[in-house]
Amino acid sequence: MAREGLRYQTFSRRTFLLAGAQGLAMTALGGRLYYLSVVEGEKYKLRAERNRIAIRLIAPERGEILDRRGRKLATNKQDFRVFLIPEQAEEVAQTLVKIGHIVKLDERRLSRIERQIKRQRKFVPVTVAQGLDWDTFAKVNVSVPELPGVVPDAGRSRYYPAGNEIAHLVGYTASPNEEDVALNPLYQLPGFKVGRQGLERRYEDHLRGSAGTRRVEVNSVGREIRELPPRQDAEPGSNLNLTIDLELQHFTIEKLGEEAAGVVAIDVKTGEILTMASAPTYDPNEFTRGISSENWNALLKDPRKPLINKCVTGQYPPGSTVKPLIAIAALEHGIVKPETEHYCNGRHRLGNHVFNCWKKGGHGRLDLKGAIAHSCDVYFWKVAEELDIDNMADMLSRFGLGELFDLGIDGEKPGLVPDRGWKRAVLNQPWHLGETLNVSIGQGAMLATPLQLAVMTARIASGRRIFPSLVSIPGTDLTRMDAFDPMDISPLYLQLARRGMEMVMELGGTAHDYRRPKSAPKLAGKSGTAQVRRISKEERLDGVIDNKDLPWNMRDHALFVAYGPTENPEVAVGVLVQHGGGGSSVAAPIARAVIDKALEIRHRAPADGTTDTAAAASEREGS
Amino acid sequence: MGTARMFGPRRVEKNIIQRLADINWGIVLLNVMIAGAGFAMLYSVAGGSWDPWATTQAKRFVGAFVIMIVIATVDIRYWMAFSYPAWFIGVLLLVAVEVMGAVGMGGQRWLDIGFMRVQPSELMKIAVVMALARYFHGRNYDQSRNLRSLFIPAVLIMVPTALVVIQPDLGTGLMIVAGGAAILFLAGLPAWLFIAAALVVAAAIPVGWQFFLRDYQKDRVLTFLNPENDPLGAGYQITQSKIALGSGGLTGKGFLEGTQSQLNFLPEMKTDFIFTVLAEEFGLIGAVIVLALYTIVLAYGMLIGIGCRSQFGRLLASGLSMSLFLYVLINVAMVMGLMPVVGVPLPMISYGGSAMLTWMIAYGLILSVAIHRHVSLAPKGSGLG
Repeated sequence: MAREGLRYQTFSRRTFLLAGAQGLAMTALGGRLYYLSVVEGEKYKLRAERNRIAIRLIAPERGEILDRRGRKLATNKQDFRVFLIPEQAEEVAQTLVKIGHIVKLDERRLSRIERQIKRQRKFVPVTVAQGLDWDTFAKVNVSVPELPGVVPDAGRSRYYPAGNEIAHLVGYTASPNEEDVALNPLYQLPGFKVGRQGLERRYEDHLRGSAGTRRVEVNSVGREIRELPPRQDAEPGSNLNLTIDLELQHFTIEKLGEEAAGVVAIDVKTGEILTMASAPTYDPNEFTRGISSENWNALLKDPRKPLINKCVTGQYPPGSTVKPLIAIAALEHGIVKPETEHYCNGRHRLGNHVFNCWKKGGHGRLDLKGAIAHSCDVYFWKVAEELDIDNMADMLSRFGLGELFDLGIDGEKPGLVPDRGWKRAVLNQPWHLGETLNVSIGQGAMLATPLQLAVMTARIASGRRIFPSLVSIPGTDLTRMDAFDPMDISPLYLQLARRGMEMVMELGGTAHDYRRPKSAPKLAGKSGTAQVRRISKEERLDGVIDNKDLPWNMRDHALFVAYGPTENPEVAVGVLVQHGGGGSSVAAPIARAVIDKALEIRHRAPADGTTDTAAAASEREGS
Repeated sequence: MGTARMFGPRRVEKNIIQRLADINWGIVLLNVMIAGAGFAMLYSVAGGSWDPWATTQAKRFVGAFVIMIVIATVDIRYWMAFSYPAWFIGVLLLVAVEVMGAVGMGGQRWLDIGFMRVQPSELMKIAVVMALARYFHGRNYDQSRNLRSLFIPAVLIMVPTALVVIQPDLGTGLMIVAGGAAILFLAGLPAWLFIAAALVVAAAIPVGWQFFLRDYQKDRVLTFLNPENDPLGAGYQITQSKIALGSGGLTGKGFLEGTQSQLNFLPEMKTDFIFTVLAEEFGLIGAVIVLALYTIVLAYGMLIGIGCRSQFGRLLASGLSMSLFLYVLINVAMVMGLMPVVGVPLPMISYGGSAMLTWMIAYGLILSVAIHRHVSLAPKGSGLG
């Protein structure tokens, strides 16, 4: 029995030992808990808050783009769209197929959606479709119970009420790409768009606005449970005011009809661009919605190049429109005097090459103004033989040819004013006198854009270094007399050039506008016709083929520059009609109509109570 | 029967009413309180709803409670007689799930017994303790100290352990070994043996790492050692769990107000990590109270062992208490980041029937030991005549 006692002793001793160990272990657990919750409690409280509270961005409303009278060119409108939250979708691919039964989704769109899903976290919504009509949107809403993760949303998206008419200026917005997303967290918001082209892109920072924030309680998968105040509202983007007059823009686009053409109308005193119309055009709304591949291909394949803004991207030989500048250069360098006369017999010989004046048989005896009015090539060739090319190029440059104005729209090209330095640098060849002769009539290597032609004309008309602008910058007053420096050119010479251009429109001039009613303002102008093909000696002997008998893309470009009214110039235009034929016959009537319309708009009593400050100021000045 | 009367005036034979009256209602109350804390936490995890978990768990508790009382009132001699059969039945059930798994039911660890699913490995924890207690009951002091007494216990421990480990359920296997080792210690095997065993285990860890642990088990250990390495993967559980424990502070965020739990940042909230929900919502104070309840109820079990006349009863009560203690310790240490995540629930509080049933059966046996503490049992056989 003693042995039994020993066994019990051992047992009870060891039981107390283990019970003590239990007590110690439990105390240790309590101590650990004390350490976590009291000693380090604050740290973990912070981390729990960070878990729980997420900052979510609120998308700002994009600023509007307005014309000079506050009419909307780009605005935001209610948009029915569909998002997909990949995390909530049971099977993303299948869900997309099911949505595809309701909303048409082409290959491009699908691959874009899939790329976006891969890029983002699984609870971030991806835009599946937008710009839906009410019926389709309603159908999606009805199907939502069978489509987990699909979220129909009525948000705001970009809309261009004037569509086609301002496409080349405002550009368009589109979904942000990978690089954009890295720049600003706003671009991760579902349905948020970034300016992709034109002013929308250039003024992205101005238009975008800044994000608001709201604090939300989220669960472990990032789903919102509720919002926690305070909320900081988004600051909407600023509006962008353009100098464009939508009514004039609309008028001009209509006037251009089916032509491939570019027209720029500019305020002679302020440099404000009143219209910049490039035809044909396209609908920027399609791009914001996500253009279908067939429409995109159609735009790309059109020989009249709708996507190109011919006003700033199109570079054409300016032809005879530069002759007033050649005249001024010749006067300045003492090559001619205003009364200097030359005889035109229709031909000009340089070495063993014969240059033919556009008028078969010649113009006879002409003075400088007459040479401008009749656009006599031979007169200018004779002048050019004595006028050095570098002096000629300098004068052309002073009037804005070869210059970039950086208006904020896409694809602005500098054109080309060739001189010795250019030829040496680009072709590594010496200059030939024959080339000087070509430049003197705006041909050869010389190129200009319709915008440059309009600026050139405004500078002739005003005698000031007018600089064009497309966006009104608040606080700057372009109507002040000292806004632009005077041209460093004798007023006498400018006056002579203007007189020549007035005579163009008068009886006997190349663009005599006999249809002008007595009440319409008098204009000054200059025509130009740019050959796009070489006329061979044989063809010249047989008689030059008429433009109408040539295929469209072989016909001459028709150009015309003009300003008016002559006594107090207000508006200058540059018109180019691609392969339009003769400048006087095709381009001049467009220039006349646009100027008339521009003047009519300016002098119309403001019916809607809004005043056009620029027009009002210019009227003050005129009186 | 005769032996009982040798101990004089004390009445050791009791009828059913007396036995019920003799139940240690303190232990019963403590267990009801712990289970009650569990219902409250399941109510909270469901976002303030009895459904779907708290109601189910309460029904299970009622069933387990009846089982506990029935077991408590059954004469200890029957339990001693049932010890070896229980072990054999347990092993057969383990083989049965293994065979069923092989014929295509996957990694199944449970058997459906109608009103609930039972994991044989859970019941095995109790059966091993019973069989070992039975075995050492028949060994006197010297026999118990003899190393030859180690052979049969080794078989009693290692066979079920091996069956559990191949399921694979390493955590339960280790608990069976540790629970068995506790009985060997209490039975009186020399202390140096345990020190030596500890050294051998320490030396075997690298070998075990190399040859026995599966990749997911290695991941758990590595993640435990450095949870921040993989904050969104396996380390996420431990990191979020610690945030919940720590952010509760002294007094907690309030019932149903735990952000980590209500917003689903916590993993496995209703099962293995339910203790963190408790600590987050009721703070250090609430958690310590629950730990104290466990400590008291377990200490009761150890004391019942000490107060028992038969070696079988002593080893059974203390050994079961020790096994249940390991259960609680492993779970709480795990959620606090003191141990690798091994998937052991917190018995009585975690959602699930098996752990609760194990606990209540064990306390049924402990209560039975207490009621029959004065019954002396013959070294061989149950003494049922």
